[in-house]
Amino acid sequence: MAKITFIVNNDEKILVEGDSGNVMQLAVNNNIAGIDGDCGGVCSCATCHVFVAEKDFEKVGKAGEIELEMLELEDYASDFSRLCCQIEVSDAIDGVELTVAKEV
Amino acid sequence: MEKSKLPDPFEKAREKKGYGEMNDQNDPVKILLRLKDVRKTAKNWKTFQSGGEEVGRIVVPSEANIRTTRQIPFEVDPPEHTNYRAIIEPWFKRPNQPEYQDKLLDIVQVVIDDVLSKEKVEVIKEFSLIIQSRALTVLLNTPFEESKTWIEWGTHVFRSEDTHLDIDKANILYDYIDQEIDRAIENSTSDLYSILIDSEINGKKLTKEEVKGVMILTFAGGRDTIINTITNSIAYFAEHPESLDRIKNEPEIMNTAIEELIRYFAPLTHMGRVATEDTQVCEHAIRAQSRISLCWASANRDTKTFENPNEVVLDRKINPHVSFGFGTHNCLGATHARVLLRIIITELVQKVKTIDILNYEDNIEDLDEFKRKVGFNSLTVKFNAR
Repeated sequence: MAKITFIVNNDEKILVEGDSGNVMQLAVNNNIAGIDGDCGGVCSCATCHVFVAEKDFEKVGKAGEIELEMLELEDYASDFSRLCCQIEVSDAIDGVELTVAKEV
Repeated sequence: MEKSKLPDPFEKAREKKGYGEMNDQNDPVKILLRLKDVRKTAKNWKTFQSGGEEVGRIVVPSEANIRTTRQIPFEVDPPEHTNYRAIIEPWFKRPNQPEYQDKLLDIVQVVIDDVLSKEKVEVIKEFSLIIQSRALTVLLNTPFEESKTWIEWGTHVFRSEDTHLDIDKANILYDYIDQEIDRAIENSTSDLYSILIDSEINGKKLTKEEVKGVMILTFAGGRDTIINTITNSIAYFAEHPESLDRIKNEPEIMNTAIEELIRYFAPLTHMGRVATEDTQVCEHAIRAQSRISLCWASANRDTKTFENPNEVVLDRKINPHVSFGFGTHNCLGATHARVLLRIIITELVQKVKTIDILNYEDNIEDLDEFKRKVGFNSLTVKFNAR
C-alpha cells in the first residue's frame, strides 16, 4: 500500500492510498482537481502533469523518452515534471508528494 | 485481411523530407508529416494561427468560399480562445457522467440488436450514421427526434457525391442551426443552444453568430470523424474476430485498444494553420500568410516514436497519438468520442461473434501528392450473433 500526497492549486494537500494501477488512475478515482487523464493512461494527452517533490524524485524516477518529448512541449514543465499515468503505484513510491501542474 | 487496412501513404516523404505539398483551390498547403514537428507546430499558436482574418481557410479543403461564420473556439486563438473554451469545456466533459453513458448504452444496444436481426447491413447508413446522430442528441441534450433530421442529411453535411464542397448541403445545416437558435431564444431549455445563449464572456452575452459558430463546429467536427471511426472499427473486427474474443476475455485492455484504434484510423487526416510571420519548419521556409497543415494521420505512423506503426496492437501501452489534435485546439468532442467507442465495442464483444464483409468501396482522400484511405464510401456486412 502506497500513501501519496497530491498538492492541488499549489495549496491544498490531499492524501490518498493505492496498491496497484498507475498514479493518474488513482488521482482520477479520488477526484484530484487538475488531473483529467483523458487518454486513459497511454501518454497521449498530457492531462496528468505533476511536479514530483525534489526529495522524492529519485524514488519516483525519471521520465522515459516518449514521456519526455511530451513534457518538453508542456508550458510549465520543470526538471521534476512527470506525466503521472506513467508512474506505477507500488510500495516503492510510498510517501511521495506530487504537485498537480494544472491549477483549477 | 486487406479490406480493413489503412495504408500509410506518407512514409517516404515523412522520412525523406518531412513534409508534402498540396494545391488546394490555388491556396497551397505544406503538409507537416513528422510527429515532433506536428506537435511542436500545434503548440505554437502565435506563429501558426487558427484565428486569422479569413474564416474557413485553416480547413483543408478550404471552406473560405462557402462559410462566413467563424467556428468557435476552433477558429479563434488565445486569449479569446481561452474564454470560449472555459464556457464550453465543462459541457463537453459530460460524457464522463454515468447517466450520460447510460443514454448512449441504450442507443447503441437498440442499433446492435437491429443489425443482428438483418441479413445484410450497409454499415455507414444503417449503423454508424444512426449511432452518431442519436448520440449527438445526448451531447447536445436535444430531443431524440432531432436525430431523424440529421440522419436524412446523409453522411456529410458539407460534401456530396459530386463535389467536395457543396454549398447547398452546408446551407441546410446553417439554416437549421439558425432556426434552432431562434427556437432556443424563444423557448429556453437545457440544451446546448440554450446554455450558449445564456453564457457570458466578461459580462457580455454571446451573440447569435458566436452561438452559431460553436454549433457548426459541433455538428461538422463530430460527424465524418465518428462515422469513419465506427465504420473502420467494424471492418477491423470483421477481419479480426480474434480481437473481439480477446477484448471480451481481457476487458482490462479496453482503454489501450480504443486508443490504438483511434491512432490507427486517425479519422481527421490533417488540419491547417496560417503562418503569421516568415518562419521555418524542419529546415524548410514557410512564408507569412501561407498555409501549413498538421498531418495527424502521418504523425501517428512515425517510426521514431511508434514501433510497428502499421500494425494494430490492441495492448499498445505508450501511444502518444495525435488523432484528437494536440495543444490549444485539441478536440473538444474527444470525451464523447472515446466514451461512445468504448460502449460500442463493449456491446459488440458481448453480442457479436463474427462479421462477414459482403461488399465494400474505399473512401480515398486526394491530397495531391498523397492518396489516403480514410475509410469507406460503403461497407456491407452481415453481423453474426454470439
